[in-house]
Amino acid sequence: MSARVKPAAASEAIKDASQIRQKEMIARHFDRLAAAPRTGERCAYTFVPGNLTELLLSFDLLPVLPEINSLQSAMRGKSAEYISIAEKLGHSEDVCTYVKSDIGMLKSGNIGPTGQRLPNPDILLLSYTGCFTFMKWFELLREEYHCPVVMLHVPYQADGHITESMRSYVVEQLQTQVIPQLERVSGKAYDEDRLRECLTLSARAEDDLVWVLQSAKQIPSPIDAYFGAVYYVGPIFSSFRGTEDAVAYYKELRAEIEQRVRLGKGPVTPDGDMDNERFRIVVEGPPNWTSFRQFWKMFSDLGAVSVASTYTKVGGVYDMGFRHDPSRPLETLADYCLGCYTNLNLPTRIDLLTRYLDEYTADGFLINSIKSCNSFSAGQLHILREVENRSGKPGGFIESDLVDPRYFSAANIRNRLESYFQMLDQRRAGGAA
Amino acid sequence: MSGGAHVALGELLAGAERVYRDYSLQTVVEWKARTGGLAIGYMPIYVPRELLHAQGVLPVGLMGGRDDLEIIKGDAYYQSYICHIPRSTIELGLNGSLDCLDGMLFPAICDVIRNLSGMWSMLFPGRYVRYLDVPQNFDRGVGGAFYMRELREIARDLEGRGALALDADKLRDAIGAFNENRRLVRGLYELRWRQPWKVPTHELYVLLRAGIVMPVEESTAMLAQYEALARADETRQPLDQARVALTGSFCEQPPLGLIRTLERAGCYIVDDDFVQIHRYILHDIPLDGDPLDNLVTAYLEDGVASPTRYIGDGVKGEALLQRARESGAEGVLFCAPSFCDPALLDQPMLMRAVERAGITWTAFKYSENGGQFQVIREQAGTFADSIKLWSGA
Amino acid sequence: MRYTVGIDLGSTTTKAVVLDEHGGVMGRGITNSRSNYDTACQIALGEALTNARFSLIASELARAGVRPDAAARQVSALERRFRAEQYRSQLRVLAIELRRFSGRLLTMSREIAASVELILAEMENEVDGLYAEGARRKSDFFRDLAGSRYLQLAEEQARAEGVAFDTLASLFDKAILDVENSSDAAGRFEDHARAAVRGWDGAAAALPAVVERIVSLELEQIGSVGTGYGRQRLPFPEGQIRSEILCHGLGAHALFPGTRTVLDIGGQDTKAIQVDDMGIVTSFQMNDRCAAGCGRYLGYIADEMSLGLHELGPLACASTAPVRINSTCTVFAGAELRERLSLGEKREDILAGLHRAIILRAMSLLARSGGVKSEFTFTGGVAKNPAAVGALRKLVGEHYGEVTLNISDDSIFTGALGAALFALRDAGRGRAGAQ
Repeated sequence: MSARVKPAAASEAIKDASQIRQKEMIARHFDRLAAAPRTGERCAYTFVPGNLTELLLSFDLLPVLPEINSLQSAMRGKSAEYISIAEKLGHSEDVCTYVKSDIGMLKSGNIGPTGQRLPNPDILLLSYTGCFTFMKWFELLREEYHCPVVMLHVPYQADGHITESMRSYVVEQLQTQVIPQLERVSGKAYDEDRLRECLTLSARAEDDLVWVLQSAKQIPSPIDAYFGAVYYVGPIFSSFRGTEDAVAYYKELRAEIEQRVRLGKGPVTPDGDMDNERFRIVVEGPPNWTSFRQFWKMFSDLGAVSVASTYTKVGGVYDMGFRHDPSRPLETLADYCLGCYTNLNLPTRIDLLTRYLDEYTADGFLINSIKSCNSFSAGQLHILREVENRSGKPGGFIESDLVDPRYFSAANIRNRLESYFQMLDQRRAGGAA
Repeated sequence: MSGGAHVALGELLAGAERVYRDYSLQTVVEWKARTGGLAIGYMPIYVPRELLHAQGVLPVGLMGGRDDLEIIKGDAYYQSYICHIPRSTIELGLNGSLDCLDGMLFPAICDVIRNLSGMWSMLFPGRYVRYLDVPQNFDRGVGGAFYMRELREIARDLEGRGALALDADKLRDAIGAFNENRRLVRGLYELRWRQPWKVPTHELYVLLRAGIVMPVEESTAMLAQYEALARADETRQPLDQARVALTGSFCEQPPLGLIRTLERAGCYIVDDDFVQIHRYILHDIPLDGDPLDNLVTAYLEDGVASPTRYIGDGVKGEALLQRARESGAEGVLFCAPSFCDPALLDQPMLMRAVERAGITWTAFKYSENGGQFQVIREQAGTFADSIKLWSGA
Repeated sequence: MRYTVGIDLGSTTTKAVVLDEHGGVMGRGITNSRSNYDTACQIALGEALTNARFSLIASELARAGVRPDAAARQVSALERRFRAEQYRSQLRVLAIELRRFSGRLLTMSREIAASVELILAEMENEVDGLYAEGARRKSDFFRDLAGSRYLQLAEEQARAEGVAFDTLASLFDKAILDVENSSDAAGRFEDHARAAVRGWDGAAAALPAVVERIVSLELEQIGSVGTGYGRQRLPFPEGQIRSEILCHGLGAHALFPGTRTVLDIGGQDTKAIQVDDMGIVTSFQMNDRCAAGCGRYLGYIADEMSLGLHELGPLACASTAPVRINSTCTVFAGAELRERLSLGEKREDILAGLHRAIILRAMSLLARSGGVKSEFTFTGGVAKNPAAVGALRKLVGEHYGEVTLNISDDSIFTGALGAALFALRDAGRGRAGAQ
């Protein structure tokens, strides 16, 4: 029943060039952040959904993404302790664990994933996109850092489309609030040409990213579009979109995946290349970070490959045609924010999942319901039934959390996953006696 | 006179409680039969009822299914770690209780209600479903302009479904009617600050809940009558209770039993955020000038500070402290529904603000269908005792 | 004779079902779960094979010309005598362990040892009575049966002789572990069967020969599948493990071929399963993180009310005015109960409310899994509870209309039955043991 996973051969122990590049990009970025108090570089804390990286870069501001810090803390096994600190300070057990992990990390010296101290924010860019909790998060951080906060309210796509009213609301906020504040903090004037340059680079990187994500339509898929893709979307969702680095990264990544397709290879997993794709699955919901590898292994051990996921669209939905458009810089930023996955209404999310099931020739879909994330989770049971009805393909349902290890029960999850995949198996076999 | 007042009060409250507990929304059904107008349901908090009223639409406030609704279908839509109100609201929708409503307005509160709006549009495709993204930018030219556009669009949508066209005079009249209603509510809250024994919270609560499912004129008459009778009823005498300001209960409401428990445990609830729709605009909305403009400005500049509203330039907790001061509260009760992101995420900040001001506090969670209050009784009782024993005054 | 076996490792009990080559049930066995999973599986299998052999003895007797009712009586009596032998065998091992542990005591060891001997002697004397015709035992598991006798006798000893009850009790706690985790404590079938027949003047003439024939009958295992919930690896090769969801679905379908929806309320989790006309699962939902509304919850309630678990249902059925209970949270079970009792509400009314609340939770899970389609099979320990069944019938009727509700006395074996059927399927495909 288990997929054959080839252990990494000596030659394969050398990481892919794109992985090396990404690691190096990240290291450089954190070095810069660590040196900021000395060099005088300014930094802006912001969120992944609705991140205005190109705008920040055009002001030479360094972006810091607390969500990514939280997930990194979890992968390094520190989030449990951080959450505990936050709860002792009065934070409820019911609320978002990203926030609690961040508060705990802050109280523990704000040491980032590379072991270096992160600089205090010079500004909190509260990109209020797709998640209510973001508002509270930065209100909490403001109390800690006493720095300026600028609110960018990105309206919800309640009816499934972007209206001119929404777009102009966002653009006007950019013009009257965000840009003036960024000018004040950075000491630089708004440079629209620079912004356009960044946007141009973004679009190029986005083209290659989309190619990579859509490579999963191949049978077998050369990538894992959930666990594996978490690494692929890192640069585009964070401080690198709009840079030459990101363009180079995605170009390299695309070439590597093209190679995998030519060789008929399956995705890379923590245990090496997977070469027996038994189940093609679409995944909805964020992954668990505290047991990320273990969770991934539960899939790969059973021969399950994720061919599409919604989590990899939180920082922008690019595979439905959107690209950053330098010819309308502020409008394109608005459209980008409005189009992030968590800002889409439930019917649209259902449509997207149903489309993915079809376009990626999936056998079924899985929902990872996250206890502390209402934005994703509220309504997932409805999504489960609707997508099943529309696609005719079975949905599985598991429950865990983002970064609180107390809510990841390996036995529970494995039990449900095995049941789900065995069910798929039996259905395929036609249940012959 | 007092005896008469007491009896009349009892009847008034019994009537209000009947309305409060009525799942079939008879008041709405009857209004529709009388007028032939549209009835639009809404969820907490910020809803421009005046706009609806001006178009001949009855706004119907829905605040969940209370503690006597058995959830059969609603639970199939939500995992256990999500608050209760969306389940009971779906339950009411699916069991036919809300059939008299022609649509629903879901104002921005949190992600759960936000997502519910999408589910609602799929569950009830024929009805009007509108998410109202109240602005978090309070600049008149930006957030205000956006809100204006939203309101105009809602007005057009309603007109398209048979409501009256939006008319400035009618809107002014509506604003006047709701101003009056809000004045009465403010008046009762003020009476409760000064003489809490005259306005027991479990009574006020029922009136406020009943008031949102009836036409504003009826609600106004009911509140006015209550105030007069409460003042006149001399059987209501002061007790030695601790004065507490309660906060966190602006969406999923606590069961009536919880409020009674707090009162019996020795607390006068002198301020709260129950049924916020009645108090979300703090003062009268001006009647001169453009009424829609005034409505928008009132939201931007005179809207109550709730955890769902971005307090950009303000100081976190200041509004709560002001309420506590005005109401003469000796302590603060943080009373939030389980899993409520807005209330629970705000709490640590509000607690710190309260502590800095030297005010004592305690906190607990509830769910709208809770039936078990023993722990809360102990906690509230101890809290009240400690206030009475250790307060300086 | 060739057979396949399915073993279901649950949290409280381990079940085994043995099937012949045509899928007919030969025998069922159950034992209390224990820390050594291997042992639990072996014992459950042993019990199922014992059960199988006894049914074979019954059919052999019939073939030998004994009238069916007489044959049934013979087999019952034989089985009682057999069980008594089995009990004695375990008692012997218990004695050894008790003596070993009491010998290690530093204080009062002579007095304790003496008490232990008295207790053991009394327990030995009681054996025949325990398994006499018409005797009702609290449990059929050695741990429970012997445990309750031991503790009662220990209490008497403590009173009479002034020895510490706690010390005596703790000796049992230690000793029983060794008995439980030993796969030979219960002895061998052939020994007990022969001993049961030997010197029994009630035995039919044909019986000894039949017993001897069945004792020597070779039972060959051609396939096995394990299922069940547990963090540790089940003692089965990977290809021979099936999820409990699938086993449950198939098992329920085997019991009632018209099954389309299955509800299982176990000790710690609840499963809602939809199956197709072949018994293959099409969708499922589990509630396995929160024990509210599961068997364990009822256990707490029973403890709080000082009632036996089996008494809750009948008492609840006596209610005329059920109380509305909104939460089945096990953490607050006790507090909620005490509060209501103190408010003067009647036990039966509270219980009726509790049962309805449990079933409401199950209804949500069913709705999430896709609803209730006819036929609807209800399994698990809670299916034996008449109040739960009543509440379920009512709620299903109200929300899904006319639906055939199936409940089997053997529902506790549903998972093991499904596993055994999967084993048979694999064996048929020539893959007994491999995937």
